[in-house]
Amino acid sequence: MKGYLGIDVGSVSTNLVFLNEGGIIKEAIYLRTQGQPIITVQKGLKELAGRLPSGTQVRGVGTTGSGRHLAGIIVGADAVKNEITAHAVASLVLVPGVQTILEIGGQDSKIIILRNGIVTDFAMNTVCAAGTGSFLDQQASRLNIPIERFGEIALEAESPVRIAGRCAVFAESDMIHKQQMGCSLPDILAGLCEALVRNYLNNVGKGKELLSPVVFQGGVAANVGMIKAFEKELGLPVQVPAYFDVMGAVGVALLAREAVVKNGMSYFKGLSVAESKFKTGSFECSGCPNMCEVVEVAEDDMVLARWGDRCGKWCNQVNKEEKVS
Amino acid sequence: MRLTFPHMGNMYIPLKAMLQYLGADVVLPPPTTKKTLTLGVKHASEFACMPLKLNLGNFIEAHERGADTVVMAGGCGPCRFGYYAQIEHAILREIGCDMELIVLEPPEKHISEFIAKVRKIAGTRSWWQVIQAIRFGYQKARAVDLVEIASFKARPRELVPGATDRAYDRALALIDGAASPDELKYIVEEALQIMAGVAQEHSRPVLRIALIGEIYTLLDPFSNHSLERRLGLLGVEVDRSIYLSEWVNDHLFMGLIKGMRSKKEACAAAAPYLRHFVGGHGQETVGSAVNYARAGYDGLIQVFPFTCMPEIVAKSILPGVSDDLDIPVLMLIMDEQSGEAGLMTRLEAFVDLLARRKETGEVVNR
Repeated sequence: MKGYLGIDVGSVSTNLVFLNEGGIIKEAIYLRTQGQPIITVQKGLKELAGRLPSGTQVRGVGTTGSGRHLAGIIVGADAVKNEITAHAVASLVLVPGVQTILEIGGQDSKIIILRNGIVTDFAMNTVCAAGTGSFLDQQASRLNIPIERFGEIALEAESPVRIAGRCAVFAESDMIHKQQMGCSLPDILAGLCEALVRNYLNNVGKGKELLSPVVFQGGVAANVGMIKAFEKELGLPVQVPAYFDVMGAVGVALLAREAVVKNGMSYFKGLSVAESKFKTGSFECSGCPNMCEVVEVAEDDMVLARWGDRCGKWCNQVNKEEKVS
Repeated sequence: MRLTFPHMGNMYIPLKAMLQYLGADVVLPPPTTKKTLTLGVKHASEFACMPLKLNLGNFIEAHERGADTVVMAGGCGPCRFGYYAQIEHAILREIGCDMELIVLEPPEKHISEFIAKVRKIAGTRSWWQVIQAIRFGYQKARAVDLVEIASFKARPRELVPGATDRAYDRALALIDGAASPDELKYIVEEALQIMAGVAQEHSRPVLRIALIGEIYTLLDPFSNHSLERRLGLLGVEVDRSIYLSEWVNDHLFMGLIKGMRSKKEACAAAAPYLRHFVGGHGQETVGSAVNYARAGYDGLIQVFPFTCMPEIVAKSILPGVSDDLDIPVLMLIMDEQSGEAGLMTRLEAFVDLLARRKETGEVVNR
């Protein structure tokens, strides 16, 4: 088998997918990043190598997510793309004709508007993380219910209570208030879902024309309570693709395929990078009072990349020759 | 009297030249850095916009270097910037950095108002010398702008990464060093040659994005996270709705120099959407958006500091311009909380959006 690898290193989870040459998903791995992106990526690659039949050829690899640059350096990526582009590409392939993408991940939420198969507008949460996966996670553990059952319980609601959803902190105090008044758990959870949906639509969806088909993806799309709340608020059916939690990885694998075709070759270092020793370190540059924290990634004592400097003094040093054609 | 003034991108080059031509003792604040911002944030009110915080930081750092008089711009529009000089002066006094204040305000009716203020700095020098000093300052501003425009064109096409940055720094240093108007004439040529010497791949396809919005965050790379440089490295040729020399011509010379892009054109273009001055550059932002869309730019980025009233007015109008003229607009709001990762994700996604649009657009047109 030949195919393409997509890696999405997010704040909460790291996802790997393997697509065959036709773009069909063959393997999908969902891991918790747990603050160690390099080790998690290596772990994922090792697991993937075990699952794929022997003789599988990886023809190209792409990385996305907030850890895309780091992961890209580690594996030798052909495409390093931001999450917005990656998610849009994946949705377009899996849900042809999609016009609205709602994406809620661990710490960010975004909305992507597409028309005629191209992205025409997008927005990301700026100052507020209320309504993202981390907050739901935290509330589930406070109420001592497994996050997987959050949605099911919310669906049992008879009359969802109204919860102040503008701010995560106030949402929590309002939930406690409603719970002390004697409201039932399903009603509170359903109310929370509705509050978060309202917050999301006011924050990132403001002023945008949301047309069907609507796709909901990202980790939070596992929560049926949220799906129902979106459908109720929008008055439109909301689709959740089968691989909703690894869409970024799917998208960037597709982009890697494009890049490899264009370049005629791949930079992928092979699945064996799972065994390589990577070292990261940072130092404070003392060149000026900006005191930028410069991060350095090295493989076997060879510096692969540096970033974090405002002026380009360090990052320009490493990739000086790269762009020469 | 040891004069200092706030930073705003490359403004220090012409302003220092003008003041020194008049024989003033200039104390340049150190380049704006995180330390400057930290000082400003510490002493300014939290909801003041970022320019005030950075100005304040510049003044405190200049005071440490021995400056005793602040030269600051003023204004009389609805934008609260008009009052910043006085506010900053009061804050400085409170924290024990007692400094004199000279406010240079754009003349409301005639250039003579401005010249009278300059007189205060110039002391006993003749009017002729004052006018020559202003001219010298203006010529440096123009030189700096030409070099900057050349860097915008070179960066997305450079063959050796970082070559444009290095050439740009060298060219600016040369202009900064020019001691007289006669010398400057030769140096401008040399600086532009340095910029032309950046090896470029001219056939490389690039996107064109225009930056519009508030003057400080447009002109000051520290406050906008070196937006132009980042876009250049993503393969985008940028242009800006405001250049220092154009601003000087519009606001200080009252459009004396002909043949330059002026605010009149921008305001005329804004007419279908906004027919009234709303403070700051709100009206120009709308008008520039229209002009850039007509000029065939691929996209627009509006940049402004958090809480900037004139730009908020423009922001609410821009979606209409975007729809009517079919040009995508991205809004970037800058303050001390702005994170770099979020900015990069937005810029990359916006550039991807424009690239895909352009590709499919070209297919349809064929």
